[in-house]
Amino acid sequence: MSNLLEVHNVSKKFGDFTALNNVSITVPRGSIFGLLGPNGAGKTTLIRVINQITMPDHGHVLLDGEALKNHHIRDIGYLPEERGLYKSMKVGEQALYLAQLKGMQKSEAKKRLKMWFERLEIGDWWNKKIQELSKGMAQKIQFVVTVLHEPKLLIFDEPFSGFDPINANLIKDEILRLRDEGATVIFSTHRMESVEELCDHIALIHKSNKVLDGNLMDVKRQYKTNTFQIGIKPNNSTLEQELASKFSVTPAEFKTLGDDLKLNIKLSQDESANDLLSYLTNQGQISHFVEVIPSANDIFIQTVKNN
Amino acid sequence: MNHLSLIIQREYLTKVRNKSFLIMTILSPLIMIALITVVVYLSQMNNNKQRTISVLDESGFVTNAFKSTEKTTYNILTGVTLENAKTIVEEQGDYGLLHINKIENFDLVDGSVQFYSEDSPSLSVISSLENKIEKELTNQNMAQKGIDIETINASKIKIDISQENFSGVKSSKIDSVVKLAFGGAAGYLLFMFIIIYGNMIMRSVIEEKTSRIIEVIISSVKPVQLMLGKIIGTSLAGITQFVIWIILGGVLLTVVSAIFGIDFAQAQTPQQELMRQAMENPDASMKVQSLFTAFYNLPLANLVIAFLLFFISGYLLYSSLYAAIGAAVDNETDTQQFMLPILMPLILAVYVGMFTVIEDPHGTVSTIFSFIPFTSPVVMLMRIPFGVPIWQQIVSLLLLIGTFLLTVWFAAKIYRVGILMYGKKPTYKELIKWIKY
Repeated sequence: MSNLLEVHNVSKKFGDFTALNNVSITVPRGSIFGLLGPNGAGKTTLIRVINQITMPDHGHVLLDGEALKNHHIRDIGYLPEERGLYKSMKVGEQALYLAQLKGMQKSEAKKRLKMWFERLEIGDWWNKKIQELSKGMAQKIQFVVTVLHEPKLLIFDEPFSGFDPINANLIKDEILRLRDEGATVIFSTHRMESVEELCDHIALIHKSNKVLDGNLMDVKRQYKTNTFQIGIKPNNSTLEQELASKFSVTPAEFKTLGDDLKLNIKLSQDESANDLLSYLTNQGQISHFVEVIPSANDIFIQTVKNN
Repeated sequence: MNHLSLIIQREYLTKVRNKSFLIMTILSPLIMIALITVVVYLSQMNNNKQRTISVLDESGFVTNAFKSTEKTTYNILTGVTLENAKTIVEEQGDYGLLHINKIENFDLVDGSVQFYSEDSPSLSVISSLENKIEKELTNQNMAQKGIDIETINASKIKIDISQENFSGVKSSKIDSVVKLAFGGAAGYLLFMFIIIYGNMIMRSVIEEKTSRIIEVIISSVKPVQLMLGKIIGTSLAGITQFVIWIILGGVLLTVVSAIFGIDFAQAQTPQQELMRQAMENPDASMKVQSLFTAFYNLPLANLVIAFLLFFISGYLLYSSLYAAIGAAVDNETDTQQFMLPILMPLILAVYVGMFTVIEDPHGTVSTIFSFIPFTSPVVMLMRIPFGVPIWQQIVSLLLLIGTFLLTVWFAAKIYRVGILMYGKKPTYKELIKWIKY
């Protein structure tokens, strides 16, 4: 089985409102899977279906090739967007309680908690109450609690909210390390730069429907516009007009050392980068030549607008 | 360890360790006892107050009836007019002045006795005066009409009807009083328990929602498990608190009455009045004995078993509703509109119990209300000491358990949806919709 999680044709209605309409996704084992979509698209409902919090009206979910059952709770670690802890409970006690609810033995949970607390340098919080901690501190505890039982599948909903850049980086590194150790991660966020940084695969849900999914690079290839960004010191001043008559040209913004001509040039289907490059070599000094790769952000906005 | 017992354990420990819970547990009996002590002490002081009542008896018939006692001194005035007497009494600061007109004819005495005082006199003083005058005048009237008082006294007959049902079980008035006390206590206990700990469950559900931990928890356990765990854990904490209250209250009561010499039994409540009337005849040793017989006459085994069953099912029925309310709202102020439908049947049950069951434990109203599931726990518990046919108890209990399962199912549905809903206060219509999700 190369896919850890397969969601097949899942639909869910709340009264007259359709939260999910025939959504299917496959999450490859060992990947970091970005679940994207605007607010209210149905991401949280899908995550809740995977966590067996909400039962789907139609469709089914396979984890490790097996239909979801009660015991799968142990194989999933879930950090919801709406998260919190019992305010008046002590950190250690609370973490132990939540670990035991995930089916861990108390002694084992204690051992691993100590290890994690040491790793994140929060060992001296054990006997503090949650209400004495700052939001970011509580978030760290929540992260530990989510991953403590070493689940096969980790689901993070906006994991970096509430963290300062240093701690966000720390958590990001931990997520990558968990992935390297064999965990599969579903990652739901609105921060496209972290999608760019972390995700191998993405799926985009919009208005209860899945509108896009696949390997991030494949998706980008699919969305590329055959556009190149060039910087050139022209031999004669008419170059810009010449280019504009041959190609579709827009001004570009990037830094160069000289006062070069900076342009985005969009090629048609039958023109190649080499054609453009060989044409340009005779026209001046080329300082910059890059293919414009669509960012996750561009893809997101474009897809949502088109649907 | 399975999830349910983990949740129960956590709920119990958090409740019991909670500071306000601890303070309430210790302080409540202290405050209660202090209040009772003050009230009893004050009412005793009131009773012990010395009173002087001046009597101006112009008829001369009743002067002999007024013999001063420890509490009341009678000051007999002679040879003064009513106006003078009033001035004297006012100057002396007496409690009041009793004035009896000249009586020519015993048939026309009505309206010839007045009581003058600064403040309106207490009922007990007036009725004791009336008693005295009535007795004295009656005796004199009889003597005048040539009726021999001795003969009348000798021919008086006293009747105490002995009660027995068709299967031969004897009972008496005192039995009824004991039954009433038992049934009332059981019903009232359940009522208090539901209100106090139902609210506690509700608050703990709301806390889970507002601290946003709920989604983390229910990704590990089923909402129904969480709800039941909360109800059971909180109830166990409640039972702990109750037991401590009873023990602490008992000890304190003994200590206080020993130190201050206050006799709590003297504090007369209407129930005790009833008790006193029922026990008027027998002498002291008979009293204790008849109390014990009354106690043993109770259907004890039935009482204990029925108490446990009705108490548990009744409590669970209501507490699941409280849990559902907690799940439906975001904060405590929003609970008001949903509380009323819960409190209404509960209060109705207590009123039916207090008025109807005492009047006629097997009457139509009491019987009907002891079958309706939302009132049956309280009303049936009050009826059982009077002997309720087993089939009635079983039918009522089955109805109650059926309804209880239904409400738990219903509450679990609302709970499941409600705990993940934030922001808006739901309407009843929305609650119904949630059940279908």
